[in-house]
Amino acid sequence: MMFKEREITSWCPGCGNFPLRKTLKESFNKMNLSYKDVVMFTGIGQAAKMPHFLKINGYNGLHGRAIPPAVGMRIVNPEIKVIVESGDGCSYGEGGNHFLHNMRRNLDIVHLAHNNQIYGLTKGQASPTSGTDMRTDVQPEGVTAQPLNPLRIALSSGATFVARSFVGDREHLAKMIEKAFKHRGYALVDVLQPCVSFNKINTYKWYSERVKKLDNHDKNDIEAAFSKAGIWGDEIPIGVFYEDEREIFRDHFPWLDNDEIISNREIDPSNMEDLLTEFQ
Amino acid sequence: MDYNILIGGEAGQGLKTTAYLLGKTIFRNKYHIFTTKDYMSRVRGGHNFIKIRFSDEEVKGPKDDLDLIMALNEETIENHLGDLKNEGILLAEREVEDIKNSVLVRAKEIAKEINSKGVNSVFIGAFLQTIGFDLIEAKKVIDEYFAGDKNKVEDNLLLLEKGYKSCERIENMEMNEFDESEERLYLDGNQAVGLGAASAGVSFYAAYPMSPSTGILNYLATHQKRLSIAVEQAEDELGAINMALGAAYGGGRAMVGTSGGGFALMNEGLGMSGVGEIPLVIAEVQRPGPATGLPTRTSQGDLNFVINSSQGEFPMMVIAPKDQEDAFYQTFRAHNLAEKYQIPVIILSDQFLADSSSDIKKINLDKLEVKRNLYFNSEENEDEYKRYKLTADGISPRAYPGSLENDTILVDSHEHNEYGRVTEDIELRNEMINKRENKLNKLIDEDLKEAEYYGEKDIDYLLIGWGSTYGPILEATNKLINNGIKVGFLSFNDIWPLPKTKLKNWAEKDVKKIVIENNAKSQFSRLIGSELQIKIKNKILKYSGRPFSGDEIYERIMDEVVNDV
Repeated sequence: MMFKEREITSWCPGCGNFPLRKTLKESFNKMNLSYKDVVMFTGIGQAAKMPHFLKINGYNGLHGRAIPPAVGMRIVNPEIKVIVESGDGCSYGEGGNHFLHNMRRNLDIVHLAHNNQIYGLTKGQASPTSGTDMRTDVQPEGVTAQPLNPLRIALSSGATFVARSFVGDREHLAKMIEKAFKHRGYALVDVLQPCVSFNKINTYKWYSERVKKLDNHDKNDIEAAFSKAGIWGDEIPIGVFYEDEREIFRDHFPWLDNDEIISNREIDPSNMEDLLTEFQ
Repeated sequence: MDYNILIGGEAGQGLKTTAYLLGKTIFRNKYHIFTTKDYMSRVRGGHNFIKIRFSDEEVKGPKDDLDLIMALNEETIENHLGDLKNEGILLAEREVEDIKNSVLVRAKEIAKEINSKGVNSVFIGAFLQTIGFDLIEAKKVIDEYFAGDKNKVEDNLLLLEKGYKSCERIENMEMNEFDESEERLYLDGNQAVGLGAASAGVSFYAAYPMSPSTGILNYLATHQKRLSIAVEQAEDELGAINMALGAAYGGGRAMVGTSGGGFALMNEGLGMSGVGEIPLVIAEVQRPGPATGLPTRTSQGDLNFVINSSQGEFPMMVIAPKDQEDAFYQTFRAHNLAEKYQIPVIILSDQFLADSSSDIKKINLDKLEVKRNLYFNSEENEDEYKRYKLTADGISPRAYPGSLENDTILVDSHEHNEYGRVTEDIELRNEMINKRENKLNKLIDEDLKEAEYYGEKDIDYLLIGWGSTYGPILEATNKLINNGIKVGFLSFNDIWPLPKTKLKNWAEKDVKKIVIENNAKSQFSRLIGSELQIKIKNKILKYSGRPFSGDEIYERIMDEVVNDV
């Protein structure tokens, strides 16, 4: 039982981050991971403060830039498990380009996107996933842009594991997290969670009444997955939409594995003599 | 001797290959050489030229007047004939009246019979005959360059000989003889940075292609297998710098490369390196801005931007290599300093340095030492690991995930406590700012390189320059001295933090100071003014996007300062 939650957080009572943190901790312990086995990259937002409130190797970086440092980490250490964990604003808005291109790379990470359809840390503005007509201080006439569909984007960008869960169903969430960890490749879990302070529409009750586990669904069928990922309204499907196998990012650097992993290497410039010949 | 040739043509005519083959041949004939590229930002057409200057003495910059023009197109004749010396040679596909040494090279005609793509090999052959070289080295160079393609090798060798035989000898140069024991390398500034990074054990290089920095990316990508490292073309510069930071957090040596526009996008990541104390080396290869500017041309216009970049206050270092040899050593040094102090170190290069090739003393790799400053198990105490432990010199033990048996490593972009956890505590905030600043104080004491001075003690004029203008300014200095002007040259390599001692000493003397820079606002004198309260009135500035030549600096100093009474 290595992983522990810290006592003090800056989250509001009832925040969806609490059940997610608890589930993560339990999953790590259940998987028998030790500190050396896992590292978490986050951006900015309330969700992104996770490594401050759960003892774990952590890199709390910049807003929107939670994914890129995971690329570098994957290169220097292929053995460690890498989680990217950040909110909908960080993952889908500010960091949208990195989201797209790292799914193309099939970067071997678990990406937990806390999706509460609102900006919490900046006190309640629309996020990329906010519903049309949601009114906020900044969008007093209502949100006009169409909400972004992270699952469809993931499916069309090359993610090889695409799932959705809900913090109100911790058992389901734990299952999704464990499956995502077992997956080799980009595993996106879009985690629905309420923001109790700022999102008065998408509440625990609102989600609970709508989420429905996927059944009769072939997760290897990308067309079916795309179709199911379009369902949002009175019914919101949760579960694994799609799963596939293809070469991961790190597989394209096979020469890295002929050597000691990068972080443990000794460097000796006198071994570089052969590099000089092309300039002679 | 000091011989200057120009090869001109349009984009797509194989100018770069021709210049490479010629440059390498001259280098193998044991001459000192300096090659500059002047090209437009386009894939086809336009007017591009490459100048190759060679000599039996070291050459460190370009020259304006020409001894020979190799015109691959008509425009070259029109544009450059005015710079040809009276006795100069013109190699072209037509003869030009009034030019004493106009040599007709029937390149297309000759090539057509063998391989119409080998036109330039005819020209190279004609050139070698004209100036008196034999074909031995040129043949080897062609053989190496087209290695693996037997037909190309054969065709080009044949065309080389045909070109050689097609014209008459005018000059009588032979293979130069310099000390055999002094082995040399011929490379450009981007390759030198790449080689420096490779020798320093860089394990991850990320970049978004941007002229004129792409050569570094090309070099490292070509060698990544051999080096057992990873090179990744990022989706954008934000991705590149943050990828590199992740690699450094993970225990690797990381580097990114870009030009001014890309560096603007990297600014927030630079601050992350500063506050997170994550070592990072950044090559900023300047081109003229603002915005897109002149993509393939040169500038020193990013100086003030770079030293002031990113919000907030944090330690960083900026080094401006002075030439190709220095670009190697400074990149190597940058990696050691970035890890010693856990700071970002910027190599501030420019297109002139990056795209120019010269011969340098062979690098002695055995003398180089990599110093990593990493921390492994917490032997000395059982307490929780503190990534940002407050220490006397500000440097905290740097562990990476996996290097500690039973503990975690947390880095943070917020202000943080010693464990890396977010804090807003007043005392801690002050302590952390001071801790980071202390690292810079230590760097100034232990590692900052003072400016180098060239010249006599008793002078009337002090020339001041930084980075890549070193070669041309040095040439101008020598020319001034030879013409009886009492002048010295102070050359800056480390530019941030600014080394102050030598400049302060000179400021107290009755010497006219002249700053020479490739920018319009004289950013370096602004820096000297703000750091040392020294006002410099005389400025030789050039901001056309073209590099200085030594002759040009000499003349401008004579006109604008010495004779301007």
